[in-house]
Amino acid sequence: MKAIKGQWVQIHAVILKPGERAPQVPEDTKKVPLEMRIKGYLLDEEAGIGDSVCIETASGRKVEGTLVAIEPEYTHNFGKHVPVLAEIDREFSKLMNSLKESERK
Amino acid sequence: MKDRSYSAVMARKNEIMKDSVGIDYDKYRITDIAFDYERMMEEVGYSLEEVEEIQRETGVGNTPLIELKNITKLVRQISASGRGARIFLKDEAANPSGSFKDRRASISVYKAKELGFKGVIAATSGNYGAAVASQAAKRGLKCIVVQETFDSRGIGQPEILEKGRACEAYGAEVVQLTVGPELFYYFLLLLEETGFFNASLYTPYGIAGVETLGYELSKQCRNLTGKDPDYVVVTHAGGGNLTGTARGLRKAGAYETKVVGASVNLSGLHMASDRDFNRKSFTTGHTGFGIPFAVYPDRSDVPRNAARVLRYMDRYLLVSQGEVFYVTEMLARLEGMLRGPAGNTSLTAAISLARELPEDAVVVVQETEYTGAGKLPSAQLSFAIENGVEVLRGDPFVLDKPGKRIVIPEKPEQIKAMDFPLDRLRKSYLKELVKRGYHKLAEEDLKFLSVDLRLNEDKIVEMFEEVLNNG
Repeated sequence: MKAIKGQWVQIHAVILKPGERAPQVPEDTKKVPLEMRIKGYLLDEEAGIGDSVCIETASGRKVEGTLVAIEPEYTHNFGKHVPVLAEIDREFSKLMNSLKESERK
Repeated sequence: MKDRSYSAVMARKNEIMKDSVGIDYDKYRITDIAFDYERMMEEVGYSLEEVEEIQRETGVGNTPLIELKNITKLVRQISASGRGARIFLKDEAANPSGSFKDRRASISVYKAKELGFKGVIAATSGNYGAAVASQAAKRGLKCIVVQETFDSRGIGQPEILEKGRACEAYGAEVVQLTVGPELFYYFLLLLEETGFFNASLYTPYGIAGVETLGYELSKQCRNLTGKDPDYVVVTHAGGGNLTGTARGLRKAGAYETKVVGASVNLSGLHMASDRDFNRKSFTTGHTGFGIPFAVYPDRSDVPRNAARVLRYMDRYLLVSQGEVFYVTEMLARLEGMLRGPAGNTSLTAAISLARELPEDAVVVVQETEYTGAGKLPSAQLSFAIENGVEVLRGDPFVLDKPGKRIVIPEKPEQIKAMDFPLDRLRKSYLKELVKRGYHKLAEEDLKFLSVDLRLNEDKIVEMFEEVLNNG
């Protein structure tokens, strides 16, 4: 799939390579680069995933990077059914009933 | 073109920041350690009346104070006879972008516009980004939010992804970075490139904005109970929430009210670790910010941090992730309020505190936040399990292990906050001074530290000696 000029896309760029990272970062972080992802409108005429492109961001900046998504979607959600939560919710319903009972007394 | 290497940009830090906040911090300098905090707050900030006026313009503040009658009843059921304070909650989710952070953003964005800046930049993974974006939208300024979002696998913490979505919904550009303190480096580069205003959380504007919160809640509490709160519990991360609220309480004349900080205990997790990043369910309001910012406030993105919690904090309570999830469900089921997670951290501590207090005592939890996708316990616990964290029922006091195990209480009696001694924080503060090369304290330093640590000068000298001798 190709993105066309003016389409909402996401790019990726490496800001600092592993050897360029701040001296105080822990070992596991030191081994990986500092990466950036940012969204904006594609300025190139046409581009595919993996191409080097330039975008214009919401604040009007022009930023270069590798195209990683076309019309990116939000992927976070409300979560799965978590049995532990269902369990405590049932306990709270019972608790609420007992609080109501004590009110009547 | 200027040198963009890490060390070169960090070396230009002061110069970049001076241009981007419109504050000449040198004016308030007394020594390298000491500065005139109150004068800075007075000259740079705004009066309470001005802040109220600015906030009214964008619909910020005047949120309701709600008595949590069912939770109070429950607390009395599980407390010794005659114990169980009344618990009230300030519903800050009612602000335009859904958290108290609108109070901070409102003043910064107003100032940016007044000074003629075309846009604002904030470095935050939290609600503050959405708040700045929302205020910038209302005042017609551009906005960039820089977030620590992903680990090196490209996996994003759901709560942070949600906050990024909110920022974009208000029209902000969101720069999403992987884990690491170099976020600040990139933040500086952006300030330099754009010439935008640094909407730091830690300027006098940001803190002045929170003063209305303490002021309002005191007035509301008097209306509802006939007195000031005995305790106000504040979720503590960077320190601005607690500092601003405490200052507001004093401005309302509530001198007797005790201010309690509360954080989620994440000890054992390294905040700059790529691996640990996605093993925590709380992205703010935790000890990873709470302790470092209490003991070295000037580590922030401005030379002199206006958020200084040790001046105001009477007690510091730690709770566990599992307890906060438990209380989040409790607030929904017993009080019909789906909120959090941040405010529920202080609510958890408040429940524990209320059990110690007599029935006529009043405890105010001063914050809620909006919730939804990514922020709910269901989203957070699903994510924790996917990232190898065990979730089980039990006594958090015994079993809690941040990054490895989240322990949901089996019964309300197991909600039990842990006191973190303030003297330990004070000592760490002095250790930080020694670490930065200060081995002698001048008279002005002692005077400043005595206020900054709320400790008499003799005690500071004694503690400092101890730190120098024993490390």
